[in-house]
Amino acid sequence: MNPQQIAIEAASISDRAALLAEHARQLAEAAAPVAAAAEPFLLLLTIFLMACFVGYYVVWNVTPALHSPLMGVTNAISSVIVVGAILATGLSDSIAAKIFGFIAVTLAAVNIFGGFMVTRRMLAMFKKKGG
Amino acid sequence: MAQTLSTLAYLVASVLFIMALRGLSNPETSRQGNLFGMVGMGIAVVATLLKPGMGAGGIAIVLLGLAIGGTIGTVLAQRIQMTSLPQLVAAFHSLVGMAAVFVAAAAFYAPESFGIGVPGNIKGASLVEMSLGLAIGAITFSGSVIAFAKLDGRMSGAPIIFKGQHMLNAALGALLLVLVIAFVATGSPVLFWLIALLSFALGFLLIIPIGGADMPVVVSMLNSYSGWAAAGIGFTIGNLLLIVTGALVGASGAILSYIMCKGMNRSIINVLLGGFGSDSGAAAGPGAGNADRAPVKAGSPEDAAYIMKNAQKIIIVPGYGMAVAQAQQVVREMADLLKKEGAEISYAIHPVAGRMPGHMNVLLAEANVPYDEVHELEEINAEFAEADVAYVIGANDVTNPAAKTDKTSAIYGMPILDVERAKTVFFVKRGMSSGYAGVENELFFRPNTMMLFGDAKKVTQQIVQSLQK
Repeated sequence: MNPQQIAIEAASISDRAALLAEHARQLAEAAAPVAAAAEPFLLLLTIFLMACFVGYYVVWNVTPALHSPLMGVTNAISSVIVVGAILATGLSDSIAAKIFGFIAVTLAAVNIFGGFMVTRRMLAMFKKKGG
Repeated sequence: MAQTLSTLAYLVASVLFIMALRGLSNPETSRQGNLFGMVGMGIAVVATLLKPGMGAGGIAIVLLGLAIGGTIGTVLAQRIQMTSLPQLVAAFHSLVGMAAVFVAAAAFYAPESFGIGVPGNIKGASLVEMSLGLAIGAITFSGSVIAFAKLDGRMSGAPIIFKGQHMLNAALGALLLVLVIAFVATGSPVLFWLIALLSFALGFLLIIPIGGADMPVVVSMLNSYSGWAAAGIGFTIGNLLLIVTGALVGASGAILSYIMCKGMNRSIINVLLGGFGSDSGAAAGPGAGNADRAPVKAGSPEDAAYIMKNAQKIIIVPGYGMAVAQAQQVVREMADLLKKEGAEISYAIHPVAGRMPGHMNVLLAEANVPYDEVHELEEINAEFAEADVAYVIGANDVTNPAAKTDKTSAIYGMPILDVERAKTVFFVKRGMSSGYAGVENELFFRPNTMMLFGDAKKVTQQIVQSLQK
């Protein structure tokens, strides 16, 4: 093998190495946002699962006599979706988002006030003997 | 309000919501719990309104929406009759579902407000979460509308079944999945609204085959869905409070559905596939039983009053029929008079006695029945053996011993109240018709059973009059 051939081959190997390095860099760049996006999602998922467990144990503790008020309260608090509606209405310049947000705020408000009020009415009726 | 502060406020609100549910473990702490819930919601709303970047115009629109919705909600809650509570709850669920749809739409058209991208270029993960929130919200909406219509008598409670129904639902479900994948890949607005439309159709189709008798399960299930929809939106906009609350509500509804299913010895799948029970059982005139059975013993309200006057221990078994006849108040009057005669009164409630979980307890509480006289099935079932009288009013299937003995019966395996063990059983009924499950109650033919034929309210009123003599 003459030196010239060796030099050519060495050059092609170094080219390939450079190409591989470039690929690796691109992959790392592509992976970075995925990892960055996955982390907050995992955090939210953790919170979600923990809350499911909390809900499970708290709700089994609810006395069956109060299952209707439980539905009233859960109804009211599930309307916390109003937070999303407020953000859409207040933060956005888009007319569509403002309209959708306004409708959502109104619907959720019916539920929040109605849910808490009807629960209050129910709970006020539960009295003890002689009470 | 800075980002950290609003996150902190959301955390406080989440804890308050958990405490609101925790308070319901006892009627004494429940009122305080409800207050915690209201405070939590107030904190959440105010913290959101104080976020940086909130324009005055936006805040005004929000306050207008809150005022309009709040007025409607308050008026509805004040006016509703407690017998119509299930309809109201179903209607409220539909609103949560619809609100979820609109928030998803707002997030789609103004993603920059939630930091999930710019219009036309939203993060893939956010699109997945958005389509989940959208689909569950839309299914909750149309499903709840059907549940409302069935409970409110605006449409027949009879199951609507057609050939290939389950195949159609499965096909639409698969199509929904395809649409979601295509939506995530393209972010197209057309696909967004197609997902919404298809989900509306699916919610509608999923609930129509379910009969009126299974509505307690459906209402609980839709309660659960409304929670999952809120959680889905929470993931979309990266909001901790929505995620926590959605999980709490989702878990709560799921547990209630489970309790209701267990109360009927049905699996949730069996309920969802539908077709069980119809609006009215085959009605027969009084006394028309099977020829080979012992004759039915019918008594007069005066007979019943005489026997109960001399009874020591009386257990009242109310069913939804009592609520339909609006007889709660007069039943409580009867109980008061009997207490004066020295009798011990308690009430036995079957898990599926009302049209939603815990409905019967609310109806009795409304008639001023003290809650410590009202007992759940497991607590009181052993006491029937010591009872002199079981007064069954408006209930039927939940007392049928066939559930324990007859393996061929449609209600076999369902937990029942052992009223047959009482010395005397009074059945207040209009006629000999069977209950929702369409099963004849062999209890009617027992020697210790006395039928009191007539309207639940009138019969009980006549007993009250005899007792007053």
